Amino acid sequence: MKATVHVFLKPGVLDVQGKAVENALHGLGWAGVKDARVGRVITFDLPGDDKAAAEVEVKAMCDKLLANTVIESYRVEIA
Amino acid sequence: MKAAVIVFPGSNCDRDCKVAIERSTGATVDMVWHGDTDLPDGLDLIVLPGGFSYGDYLRCGAMAALSPVMQAVKAAAERGVATVGICNGFQVLCEAGMLPGALLRNEGLKYVCKPVALEVTNAQTRFTAAYQGRREVTMTVGNGEGNFFADEATLDRLEGQGQVVFRYLDNPNGSARAIAGIINEAGNVLGMMPHPDRAFETDLGSADGALLFQSALASA
Repeated sequence: MKATVHVFLKPGVLDVQGKAVENALHGLGWAGVKDARVGRVITFDLPGDDKAAAEVEVKAMCDKLLANTVIESYRVEIA
Repeated sequence: MKAAVIVFPGSNCDRDCKVAIERSTGATVDMVWHGDTDLPDGLDLIVLPGGFSYGDYLRCGAMAALSPVMQAVKAAAERGVATVGICNGFQVLCEAGMLPGALLRNEGLKYVCKPVALEVTNAQTRFTAAYQGRREVTMTVGNGEGNFFADEATLDRLEGQGQVVFRYLDNPNGSARAIAGIINEAGNVLGMMPHPDRAFETDLGSADGALLFQSALASA
């Protein structure tokens, strides 16, 4: 199974990288771009085929290491 | 008096901390590698130094917080040993859950490296007693991710319980409520972004950092 973890700063936490990217896109002419956020994607393989169990495991990984839940939220996909 | 400086791969203020503690207090200072599982016996002070531990991979301090030595550091702190995290060390303490909050990318996106004026917000901690009521000190900051963040309830609690130890007089990085340094509820774990280790002799522009190490060891 392939696990994909998306990590983003929580809404309300200032994302200065997202702001800088948004400003750069405005500078290139895409004036309508709003709310750009820069996050992180982490992928890895897992043994077995129990997707529900894998999701529980990967969420535990997120809480312990992959995300800092003080400032970040995450989304897990198992495929 | 005995102190230890923890050395992570990518620490770059470990030597500075050792020299700063030795010269300002006369204590002996052991360097402890992050892979060790034990600390030297009889420590009065543990310092987590500045730098870029593990290349800031994933998040600043995230990997270092899971180093083998951190179990021993946590156990020592729970026994009441004075523990100071400076700059990257502050980030490690937050990631390890030993202090609340987190350090975000600086509001202005720039790495900020300059002397800053600090308010000694709480001069009655074991780390600030030697300031003896002095309200303003100067130390140097050097950080790209020094923007202290915590939710409003946590910030209120920190302020209400006197856990804000230092505040920027001119906030260089967007830190919430201009917070530059905090202590835990027990009062023996301090995290701060400014560097006392870069301000321990007047030749360095300020000797105000020496008083912090002297306070920490005098209280042991």
